[in-house]
Amino acid sequence: MALAFDEFGRPFIILKEQEQKTRLRGLDAQKANIASGKAVARILRTSLGPKGMDKMLQSPDGDVTITNDGATILEQMDVDNQIAKLMVELSRSQDYEIGDGTTGVVVMAGALLEQAEKLLEHGIHPIRIAEGYELASRIAFEHLEHIAHKFEFSATNIEPLIQTCMTTLSSKIVNRCKRSLAEIAVKAVLAVADLERKDVNLDLIKVEGKVGGKLEDTELIYGIVVDKDMSHPQMPKQIEDAKIAILTCPFEPPKPKTKHKVDIDTVEKFQTLRQQEQKYFDDMVQKCKDVGATLVICQWGFDDEANHLLMHRNLPAVRWVGGVELELIAIATGGRIVPRFQELTPEKLGKAGLVREKAFGTTKDRMIYIEHCANSRAVTIFIRGGNKMMIEETKRSLHDALCVARNLIRNNSIVYGGGSAEISCSVAVEAAADKYPGVEQYAIRAFADALDAIPMALAENSGLQPIETLSAVKSQQIKENNSCCGIDCNDTGTNDMREQNVFETLIGKQQQILLATQVVKMILKIDDVISPSDY
Amino acid sequence: MAVEKLFKDEATEEKGERARMASFIGAMAIADLVKTTLGPKGMDKILQSTGRGHSVTVTNDGATILKSLHIDNPAAKVLVDISKVQDDEVGDGTTSVVVLAGELLREAEKLVNAKIHPMTIISGYRMAAECARNALLEKVVDNKLDAEKFKSDLMKIAMTTLSSKILSQDKEHFAGLAVDAVMRLKGSTNLESIQIIKKPGGSLKDSFLDEGFILDKKIGVGQPKRIENAKILVANTAMDTDKVKIYGARVRVDSMAKVAEIEVAEKEKMREKVQKIINHGINCFVNRQLIYNFPEELFADAGVLAIEHADFDGIERLALVTGGEIASTFDNPESVKLGHCKLIEEIMIGEDKLIHFSGVELGQACTIVLRGASPHMLDEAERSLHDALCVLSQTVNDSRVLLGGGWPEMVMAKAVDELARKTPGKRSHAIEAFSRSLVAIPTIIADNAGLDSAELVAQLRAEHHKEGSNAGIDVISGSVGDMAELGISEAFKVKQGVLLSATEAAEMILRVDEIITCAPRRREDRM
Repeated sequence: MALAFDEFGRPFIILKEQEQKTRLRGLDAQKANIASGKAVARILRTSLGPKGMDKMLQSPDGDVTITNDGATILEQMDVDNQIAKLMVELSRSQDYEIGDGTTGVVVMAGALLEQAEKLLEHGIHPIRIAEGYELASRIAFEHLEHIAHKFEFSATNIEPLIQTCMTTLSSKIVNRCKRSLAEIAVKAVLAVADLERKDVNLDLIKVEGKVGGKLEDTELIYGIVVDKDMSHPQMPKQIEDAKIAILTCPFEPPKPKTKHKVDIDTVEKFQTLRQQEQKYFDDMVQKCKDVGATLVICQWGFDDEANHLLMHRNLPAVRWVGGVELELIAIATGGRIVPRFQELTPEKLGKAGLVREKAFGTTKDRMIYIEHCANSRAVTIFIRGGNKMMIEETKRSLHDALCVARNLIRNNSIVYGGGSAEISCSVAVEAAADKYPGVEQYAIRAFADALDAIPMALAENSGLQPIETLSAVKSQQIKENNSCCGIDCNDTGTNDMREQNVFETLIGKQQQILLATQVVKMILKIDDVISPSDY
Repeated sequence: MAVEKLFKDEATEEKGERARMASFIGAMAIADLVKTTLGPKGMDKILQSTGRGHSVTVTNDGATILKSLHIDNPAAKVLVDISKVQDDEVGDGTTSVVVLAGELLREAEKLVNAKIHPMTIISGYRMAAECARNALLEKVVDNKLDAEKFKSDLMKIAMTTLSSKILSQDKEHFAGLAVDAVMRLKGSTNLESIQIIKKPGGSLKDSFLDEGFILDKKIGVGQPKRIENAKILVANTAMDTDKVKIYGARVRVDSMAKVAEIEVAEKEKMREKVQKIINHGINCFVNRQLIYNFPEELFADAGVLAIEHADFDGIERLALVTGGEIASTFDNPESVKLGHCKLIEEIMIGEDKLIHFSGVELGQACTIVLRGASPHMLDEAERSLHDALCVLSQTVNDSRVLLGGGWPEMVMAKAVDELARKTPGKRSHAIEAFSRSLVAIPTIIADNAGLDSAELVAQLRAEHHKEGSNAGIDVISGSVGDMAELGISEAFKVKQGVLLSATEAAEMILRVDEIITCAPRRREDRM
């Protein structure tokens, strides 16, 4: 079939090595694609909501990850199927853009695909379905704006923010101490936020974890924690009012980049060279001392001799500090990163109120705390926990919480969670469907049904009767004209999400719907899959 | 149409019940593996490495056993991980934490089979763990203020910890050693200043605590064997040929005469360096790196004791205990802090000569010399002693103490049982299960000792029904006894760590409903 004939009747090949490729076309292609998209969504479906389960993933190297963060699961799943890869991308872009709702977006896309399959069987052209979805997503998008609430908070009244972060954390394993973690996340975000410009640079928040201790010991440090120790064991462990020289040059004799050789052929030369070498070390340390530094943080290593000289001159130093950490330290302490000793001046030094080394547990782990910095705009969240997996999972959960807090600062509109927003949208889309003439109407209705999938999954994961609960909530919403009714996952006895304080950001929800629709449209438009078959 | 292939080749996916079963079975297998090592009559395991030499370790330390296992089951890895953390944090209770987590999962499996949702079990376990912790907190004894009592508490804890180890025959002796060593630290948890030297030969009873510092090195030839009022310079510097560190430098000569000249200059340089070192007014020089024959000879001439090639830990510890600094340049002798000690001498332990520094400045440091019949025995003795030291040093900071011998478990189980009775709903099943898991620990201890566990535990439970009972299992006599009288104590911190970590791990495994195993990374065949 991939063989064609030109005008002289000679055959030529369109598809190279045709026999070795499998090819699916038309409805078959679409159905296969939909099936694999649904398979991915099915994996994530049980992770949705506060009662969602975790997945255990074993990497090719045998490391174990336990998580219920959609983006992480998909990323580590080692997917081979092309469409499945699209879903992975989908969840990743939600993660980059919003940081939360990564599971929801995939479940949503899966539901849309499922509905599309039915429509395809009815014989509706995929493009018409895609168009209908597009229209429906626009309706839902606008409806969300309509039901969104403005959310009031200020630097002094952070309670609402904490509540939102708690919603995010409640679906994670850390929900045991979600209150304290939410507080930490909010305080961290507020510390680095620029409330006037409504911008938050999350790079300024460093999340550092160390195995051991309890989850409750997790703390927020207004400063930087570096997983390093002093270069010489006998340097002072605590420095007050530190002036920090941040260097990116090693404490070693310079290595010119041009190739050169220094030939030693006489005794005199040998001796001058030796003196020169000693002077190098001396000069370097003296330079740091001269500008008034009381702590040296260096990206590179030191020579033993330089190390001792530093200790000798009572100049504590930290070596092999990573580039990212170095930048953070520079930001926090208001110092400048200095690439050469000659350029060291007193103005370029960073200032910190307290630098101390802290030891943990029975092992020799030590970390350096840089606190009370000149510029408190950089903070560190220091996580403790029972084991490595717990810490990794806490890191991911906190990242989600941080993102949510950031989104709220950027845009303070919220919608209510627990599936209430989806139900409300579904009702609105359903109602709007009748107004459209043409085949799109069916697609719009299907979209409304797909929106119901999220509250359904929530109810199912919480051990409730999915269909019964959903229909009850839906009728309640319409009867009371209250868009805040959702699924009561935690069995608290009320359906009103306003009372339960469960909300999500408006942009997060909108993004979910838009992204899911886009991906589904893309998948629907594919009608030919050519892939190399197994060899 | 079915999905043909979602994952890469060889990647596997386990779902729902199957996934849960796989993780339960994995975790329980690990727990059963270490179960028999629990308690004073617990057995040891032989571990043989697959590496070259097939070296053998005999141990009953849970963390050590689990660390050496190659495990493929992801849930089992979680348990190995918690035991490792328990080891890092408190040093003891590494077996108990795994056994408890295993028991919790065993009970959870039953509940899951009875159609109770894992999330319900988790919330029940959480309530139970909180309640158990509070029950323990109510019963703790804190004797920090009373120095005499505190010391006896420490002694009891050390004996309890050691009683399950190879050292149990001489536990009083070793408990004494450990307590003395830890008391010298005066509240710091820095175990680095306690040095453990293992020397095969003699018997375990011959092990002793030395107040000074012992360096496992020989004294250079022709140098003094005994120095009083030693001034020590601890250094980390090259004492072979000093390299020129300027990049790109090399020696290029055109005649033999010049080679000789440079060699002389080099020698001169070394002589100068040695002279500078001697000028510090020292009579002992310890270097981390090699000392070549030539400088060694120079040192010998000057009557300075030179010790070469001390390992890094040795150097740091020596600097710490003698109060000196680790020097690498020697240009200004007046400002280098020298280390001091009253006496340096060469001593013999067994057949080996060692260098002994006594009367050191820092009173914290001490050395424990372990003697024993074989290296395996010594290794195990070191691990046991390390456990005891860790627990003691943590207890010095957090001086809350509990009774041992299954007493804490019974106290917790009682409190948790009461909670179960008060809790409405399905969670109460999980809470009851938690209490059963707690009781499993004294049961296993009794089983391991070859006692009638069912009878004993029932007696124990009855005994605990009374308020303020001190009853626990007395393994030696094989009956229920008063733990306070028998002097069996445990540190609160250890028990708390066991309880919290085990619950956390069980929770983590319970939450899983799907296991996705990626295709193992291909090793390139080097055939």
